Amino acid sequence: MAVIRALESVGVRSVSGLERLGSLVLLSGRALGALASGQVHGRNTVSQLAFVGAESFPIAALIALTVGMVFTLQIANEFIRYGATSAIGGVVAIALARELAPIMISVVIAGRVGSAIAAELGSMKVTEQIDALEAFAVDPVRYLVVPRLIACIVMVPLLVGVGNMIGLLGGYWVATSMKGISSQMFLDSIQSFLVPMDVFKGMFKAALFGAAIALIGCHQGLNAKKGAQGVGAATTNAVVYAMVTIFILNYVLSMGLFGGTAK
Amino acid sequence: MGQGQTIRLEDVCVSFGDRQILKGINLVFPAGETSVVIGPSGCGKSTVLRLVSGLLQPTSGRVWVGDVDITRLTRQEMKAYRQGLGFLFQAGALFDSMTVAENVAFSLTEHLRLSQDELDRIVNEKLAIVDLPGLGHLYPANLSGGMQKRVSLARAIARDPSLILYDEPTTGLDPITSTVIESLIVRLTRDTRATSIVVTHQHSTIYCGDRITMLYQGQVVGTGTPDDMRQTQVPLIRNFLDGRVTTDLTGA
Repeated sequence: MAVIRALESVGVRSVSGLERLGSLVLLSGRALGALASGQVHGRNTVSQLAFVGAESFPIAALIALTVGMVFTLQIANEFIRYGATSAIGGVVAIALARELAPIMISVVIAGRVGSAIAAELGSMKVTEQIDALEAFAVDPVRYLVVPRLIACIVMVPLLVGVGNMIGLLGGYWVATSMKGISSQMFLDSIQSFLVPMDVFKGMFKAALFGAAIALIGCHQGLNAKKGAQGVGAATTNAVVYAMVTIFILNYVLSMGLFGGTAK
Repeated sequence: MGQGQTIRLEDVCVSFGDRQILKGINLVFPAGETSVVIGPSGCGKSTVLRLVSGLLQPTSGRVWVGDVDITRLTRQEMKAYRQGLGFLFQAGALFDSMTVAENVAFSLTEHLRLSQDELDRIVNEKLAIVDLPGLGHLYPANLSGGMQKRVSLARAIARDPSLILYDEPTTGLDPITSTVIESLIVRLTRDTRATSIVVTHQHSTIYCGDRITMLYQGQVVGTGTPDDMRQTQVPLIRNFLDGRVTTDLTGA
């Protein structure tokens, strides 16, 4: 009996999980469809671009700076020991462009923006504001989801692009001020190792991470259950699911974009 | 703005999983009248409003607005239908990131290209109707519950709709504010000739309509004018209207 109950529980949870995933896919399809057909709410999109981009810049810059500094700190000693000092700048640049900046900045955005999206839309859901939008013939997907999707797809890569430069500045400072590496050597190394496609591929990954953050946050918010607990759960889930998705997506994308690449 | 149309629910069933909310009901809400739907909590009253507004699809049955079956409308057609509809939600459902004026003007801003002067004129007119002039700059969080309901009503009538839906318009309000809302409902129907459907379980609001229908456990148990209902001896309706505390409204 206990075994049967356990199996039933697994089955129910699996079906429920698949239903939620299906619902997310449907929402994503509607949002992308609205975007493709130009159904964009201009005013809301502009305000979301400011929220995701401009207001996230300080924390994204701080994260990028510290990541660049820490990474350089960690590899510099080993590279110096094995006589690979001339590669430090390039390795830092590649690591930032391909992985560190896209991942770390996207995770921070998932925490800040993903939670805000889920909380806002969740509060609207439980206070019937979403129903009010529909009753007034305004499509919630066009009005709420698409602006956030555009903002995340556009702004997260830009934050990553700027983050690359800030991270490199931090790494440069650690390498030259703390590890005694010449600035010319550091900069030459970057030029030797880093190609523009590394940066663009990293920003492409960031765009997909941004899309995941927006769609997961909106999905959780629009399906929040009633009450403070429901909104709280939606907010937590939005962050956790977005982060897990980012890490899984990162592996798949890195395999596809950089797997087997040898210079 | 045109005169309201007759709304008809034809053999409508609504179920959520194993739970049956409405069980094959047939209802008529006459054009240009205020119809009140009453019943104990959970009997399906708000579900009727959601069906009429298209926010909910019936499990089976049809919902007619005039000659149009709204259960068969495409998304674009539903959008056009809803532009002639005003909805006063139970908790107001004001958009808390917008000011009172922006809330009232919401439907106008989203669907019409009006000048700012024209928008201001309409907003001021609607706020005057609900007796809240000069509060356009405030946010919903700065208002009392009664004021939020009145702003929500101003928003609902901003485009002079031909169908106005009221979900528990006086629940949670003091007697004076309730009377104000009830007077507004009667006045709006009379002045605009809109079809109004009021869902309530508040005794004071029940008799503000031209016709009253009672639902119980997802079925229609009685319908008539306010005088018919005052004089009815049907135990179910009598117990509810008299507010008798009993676990079995049927009087069995």
